[in-house]
Amino acid sequence: MVNFQPTEEQQLIRDTIAGFAQEIIRPAAHEADETGLIPSSLVQQAWELGITQSTIPEAWGGAGEIPSAFTGALICEELAWADLAIALHLLAPRLVIQPVLALGNDTQQQHVLPAYTEPTFTAGTAAVMEPRFGFDVNELATTATRRNEDILLNGAKCYTPLAAEARHLLVYARSESGVAAFLVPRDTPGLVIGEREKNMGMKALATYELTLNDCRLPASAQLNGALSPLLNRSRVALSALAVGVARAAFDYARDYAKERRAFGTAIAQKQAIAFMLADMAIEIDAARLLTWEAAWKIDAGQDTPLEAVSGATREACLAKNYAANMVLKVTDNAVQILGGHGYIRDHPVELWLRNGRGFATFEGLAMV
Amino acid sequence: MIDFSLSTDIINARAMVHMVAETDMRPLSREYDEREHEKPMEWLTMMWNASKGLVSIGGDRKEARGERKAAEKQVRMAVIIEELSWGDAGLYLSIPNAGLGGAAVMAAGTQEQKERFLARFRDGAPKWGAMAITEPGCGSDSAAITTTAVRDSDQWVLNGTKIFCTSGLMAVEKSEGFVVVWATVDKTAGRAGIKAFIVDHHTPGMTVAKVENKMGIRASDTAMLVFEDCRIPIENILGSPEVQQSTEGFKGVMATFDATRPIVAASAIGIGRAAVDFLREVLQKEGVTIRYHVPPTKLTTVERDFMEMEANLQAARLLTWRASWMMDQGLQNSLEASMAKAKAGLAVTQVTQKAVELLGPLGYSRKNLVEKWMRDAKINDIFEGTQQINLLIIARRILGYSSKELS
Repeated sequence: MVNFQPTEEQQLIRDTIAGFAQEIIRPAAHEADETGLIPSSLVQQAWELGITQSTIPEAWGGAGEIPSAFTGALICEELAWADLAIALHLLAPRLVIQPVLALGNDTQQQHVLPAYTEPTFTAGTAAVMEPRFGFDVNELATTATRRNEDILLNGAKCYTPLAAEARHLLVYARSESGVAAFLVPRDTPGLVIGEREKNMGMKALATYELTLNDCRLPASAQLNGALSPLLNRSRVALSALAVGVARAAFDYARDYAKERRAFGTAIAQKQAIAFMLADMAIEIDAARLLTWEAAWKIDAGQDTPLEAVSGATREACLAKNYAANMVLKVTDNAVQILGGHGYIRDHPVELWLRNGRGFATFEGLAMV
Repeated sequence: MIDFSLSTDIINARAMVHMVAETDMRPLSREYDEREHEKPMEWLTMMWNASKGLVSIGGDRKEARGERKAAEKQVRMAVIIEELSWGDAGLYLSIPNAGLGGAAVMAAGTQEQKERFLARFRDGAPKWGAMAITEPGCGSDSAAITTTAVRDSDQWVLNGTKIFCTSGLMAVEKSEGFVVVWATVDKTAGRAGIKAFIVDHHTPGMTVAKVENKMGIRASDTAMLVFEDCRIPIENILGSPEVQQSTEGFKGVMATFDATRPIVAASAIGIGRAAVDFLREVLQKEGVTIRYHVPPTKLTTVERDFMEMEANLQAARLLTWRASWMMDQGLQNSLEASMAKAKAGLAVTQVTQKAVELLGPLGYSRKNLVEKWMRDAKINDIFEGTQQINLLIIARRILGYSSKELS
């Protein structure tokens, strides 16, 4: 039966995250973007809220909460409303935790998961994207080849968050049996973590290029199972993050338009501006509902793997593409509404536009 | 808890209505698009007998008799109307029921009025209800209407011209229906002077002056009604006859739109889905598959367009379900209703136009229904509040402005 109301528990989680996002993250966002540094005290505070690691089973020292794509989407939206770079930093460990939870065997879980129940923030990450035109997660250029009992990884990766400090790296590569994920210890010979990347947006998020030259791993480093449901969890996360960024830009532009006066009235009282805001509001809600539907489908157990796709692939992809277009349009409109002031870094809207532009490119940067 | 699945009850109702849409409506679709001012009376009578219009097409008899809790009434109606409009939007609009006039009586009428005007929809011959707001000189600006209602002892005397009255012909001349007419009792009072009056069928002084020729939804009649010293009983005014200081009365009638806008949105989505379904079948036959999981740089234009059409349609549907669900929950939904209507009206206009483009000769030819769906779809971006009026309402809500502050 159709229902648009999150459970009380989910609302409580959302409110908690929203409060943290508003009071702690947002005030730190501007400086973090300018300096490229996220205060470690902030990261630690977020860690103690348990956002990232709550789904680790009690057997490995966690809280054992059932991973819900929908609850994850609520969290992503609130964090990204405050700041996308900080959100992605805080969520990065999930890039390892979720795949290991979903596909890891007992030994792999025991090897990886306890690190993320430690009292201080533990960085983890995944390397999905590759620095080339026409990047396709289904047809990776990075290869995993068998050499006797071992696996050799070769290729280049980019946009790997927190790679330099990550306890575990999960590297996606093309193997004989299709795309697979491999747990790579940071000190593995042949793995070179490059310089920190310089991007148009998300300057506070430390991302790295990786080079893999005959990076040798034991066969036990491979996670076995279909990756499609994980990719869909990533698409839902990215959609929700895009909704959060767009909502931030909408809120700011709306408030500004009510303050700013021209020709004797607030500019929000002009239809040219008011209609832009109305359209932004519709599109944000539209993208959120598409995201929620994809998340619901995953949580309802309908994301069963077929081959390269699974039961929620259509919904997750439609939501992600829609949200990526929407966030660009909404953040661009927000800059436009602020006019010249929107172009000045004293206002955050230009940052949100720079961040928003990335969503069409992002793949596998976050996971619910 | 978040849930996007429909209840078994709604799924069953949808399956039943789909069968009607596919086997009864589709075969009539082209015929009554071409024979513009005729009606498939046999089918309309069958629908009348099946639904007995009172609770309109979305409800059923169990609900009407209070045997079933109407917890999902609006969502159910949205789903059913999408299905009927998938069959044919013009035919759906022609189905005999109390219509918008009935919705206004339900929302603002007294118990006596409800009994006197709505009871007739329970039996007898097919009947239609209608609403007359628009005038030659005003549409969206409904506070500017010039039709007058003057009190003369125990009667109201109406004078003026109304246009674009859906099912107006059927309501006032071709059945024992009624029309709710908006008129001013005091032009100097502006909105506060605007009242709604129920005019019964065949009332002397009321004539159907014209039935419009339209771009689409041709099976549905759109009438011009002329009122010349049209006398109605004093008790036929909806709500209070007093001109109030506030505009509460006007707002009360405007509130009908909170219920009707999601329904128009649902109808729009039905037309858009018809076009997308047709396109999907053609693509399948041609061996074109939609690769959802492939990055944009590898997609063909057709895949990209198709996915965009699907996403826009689904976004409009979810916004519509949300507005309907809120109404079922007793929540204020003016903002969400306008969002659904604005999104759906524009989305299906674009979706059906894109379908004609992608299908080329198959789309443009009258051998298929796609061109008709494009013509049918466009009205959804206009009636029951144009795109622009809905944006204005949304903007006022999100900015916290009155109609004076943002006009």
